[in-house]
Amino acid sequence: MSARDTILKRLRERTDGPLSAPESDFAVVTNRGWSAEERLSRFERLITSVHGEVIHAPREAWTDTLAKALADKGVRRLALGKEHPVAAEAREALADVGIELVDVDRDIEHWQREQFENVDAGLTSTQGGVAETGSLWLWPTPDEPRLISLVPPIHIAVLDADALEDTFFDVVESHGWADGMPTNALLISGPSKTADIEQTLAYGVHGPRELLVLVRHAGDAPGDKT
Amino acid sequence: MSVQIFTPREFHRQAHDALGDPQIRANFRKAMDGLMTKRREVFGDWDLETLRELGANIRLRALSKLPDLLEQLEASCQANGIKVHWAEDGEEACRIIREICESHDAGSVIKGKSMVSEEMHLNAHLEEAGIEALESDLGEYLVQLNEQTPSHIIMPAIHLNTDEISEILHVKTGTERTRDVDYMTAAARSQLRQRFMNADVGVSGVNFAVAETGTLCLVENEGNGRMTTSVPPVHIAVTGIEKVVEHLRDVPPLYALLTRSATGQHVTTYFNMISSPRKQGEHDGPREVHLVLVDNGRSSIYQDDELLDTLRCIRCGACMNHCPVYTRVGGHTYGTTYPGPIGSILSPHLMGLEDTKDLPTASSLCGACGEVCPVKIPIPDLLVRLRRESVGEGRGNVPGAGVKRTRKEAAAWKGFQWLATHPGAWRAGISMAGKLKALMPAKLGPWTDYRSAPKPAGTTLHALVKRHQASKAHEEER
Repeated sequence: MSARDTILKRLRERTDGPLSAPESDFAVVTNRGWSAEERLSRFERLITSVHGEVIHAPREAWTDTLAKALADKGVRRLALGKEHPVAAEAREALADVGIELVDVDRDIEHWQREQFENVDAGLTSTQGGVAETGSLWLWPTPDEPRLISLVPPIHIAVLDADALEDTFFDVVESHGWADGMPTNALLISGPSKTADIEQTLAYGVHGPRELLVLVRHAGDAPGDKT
Repeated sequence: MSVQIFTPREFHRQAHDALGDPQIRANFRKAMDGLMTKRREVFGDWDLETLRELGANIRLRALSKLPDLLEQLEASCQANGIKVHWAEDGEEACRIIREICESHDAGSVIKGKSMVSEEMHLNAHLEEAGIEALESDLGEYLVQLNEQTPSHIIMPAIHLNTDEISEILHVKTGTERTRDVDYMTAAARSQLRQRFMNADVGVSGVNFAVAETGTLCLVENEGNGRMTTSVPPVHIAVTGIEKVVEHLRDVPPLYALLTRSATGQHVTTYFNMISSPRKQGEHDGPREVHLVLVDNGRSSIYQDDELLDTLRCIRCGACMNHCPVYTRVGGHTYGTTYPGPIGSILSPHLMGLEDTKDLPTASSLCGACGEVCPVKIPIPDLLVRLRRESVGEGRGNVPGAGVKRTRKEAAAWKGFQWLATHPGAWRAGISMAGKLKALMPAKLGPWTDYRSAPKPAGTTLHALVKRHQASKAHEEER
């Protein structure tokens, strides 16, 4: 008998007989009832508490804010997609500001060392955010592959303020994740960190040292606190 | 620093040594105090009991359907393009992983943190086959450089302080001696980035495997888990068969409990959900993903209604953070992959009671572990159950049951049982003990090493109560 069959047989022929399944009540992980302002302030408070940076921008002029942030951080080579509106708008706006735009629609085998050693920042869109934990959620695509939010030392993530939801559970339920998962789904909550050296927090151990969340607001930016 | 081999057979000697080492005691005390405080604070505004109830229910539901869910997980993974393997024990799991590596002519494996790979000694197995296995979690990397094993399931290098780590990095990798944690972290980052680029295979653990969607969930802060599962061309995930959950919606509550219980964090930096290898048109990620399901004693634990609760564990480590014994003796003392209270109820099944008979007694039964467990495992009850098993008074399901049974002790308890159920003999015996108290020896084995021997009272409690009642009745009559 194969290992598989042996294991399954042993589990099925349980000595103490069949088990019954208790009901699960998920109320404790949903129905927070927060307003849009509460969601935003909670998201910002939590993600900045773990060294995430948040800047706000009006929807129409967000690329100006991006250009300024890139200049402040001294980014010279920026990896980004082409097709997603975030990437397309960024490319258009950054065409003449002296930042080299690095294409990511290439198989990693052909540019791994370049990505690891010669890219200053990766720009990605996000699908949304989780207010309760200060998290971003991303479903990487061929246009915006998974490594550009991980390998470059700075990750810049663009989030629409109205894409914030209360809890992770709410996101999973309202977007029907169970109906079809992508190759890789991610929650990102801050820059890479470790406390493995005597509980002392250090940032940027394997992934990005900095996470910059650019929050875009429709109409007048209510959260423009910068 | 010399390399010390720890074994559960030597628990008492190792505990004695650890208690005498002020450095170990200070390192653990400081770390555990910090972790307990952080956990308490992060659950502050939560209805913790309701959340724990939900966590326990989700795990119980998964276990109640375990064989079906494992089949469903296999089918979902296969439909997504993930290859699924089954291993009855650690050796078979090691062989499967080695063969996958060999089929790719792999010379180097980079590893994300995986306790089950520690449990089956995967690194040693791969090294023997000429395949280098390098740990990439910073704590695991430090422990590996120092030729040790993890002393905590979440924080592998918690037994080392900053100076010790600086020395290890200096000696093994040539960095400067320093107390600058950022410098040391950056050094490890650049050392390991080279290795990520060159690794042929990435091996990771799994925190939750979702049957419904064929999704492997990994919880981490450093990004090494994402690197391990995204950079090398082949990813092998290895997990115990109990890690499966039924639905994707079961994951958020368990994740909420795990991070808060483990390190007092609202959330970890990364929650990495992998459902397939690189698809046509995608530009990165492994081209092959394998899942190795390891039994290694778990299906035996599964047979028994009481012991089953052991399998609910989500490996947060809160029980060890709150254990007064673990905090004092540290993780290595246990000599097992899983230390602390969860280790003491799990290891006897994995290794047999012959080797681990002292572990269920490494507890004062204060109950802290059971109180903080996010999935409500009654750890103290299970410790007592294993104590019974070890003296042959359980149901004998545990390998090595009865190993601690001695004829003398069994006869003594039998005698006590007879005495306690025969009131006449009991009263005679008690009154005799009071009269002969002068003959009581002052030395009673280890008990009197640190205590004075108990002296039987001249008059028994029963006699005192009787006398008291009589004099009260006499007073009332007057």
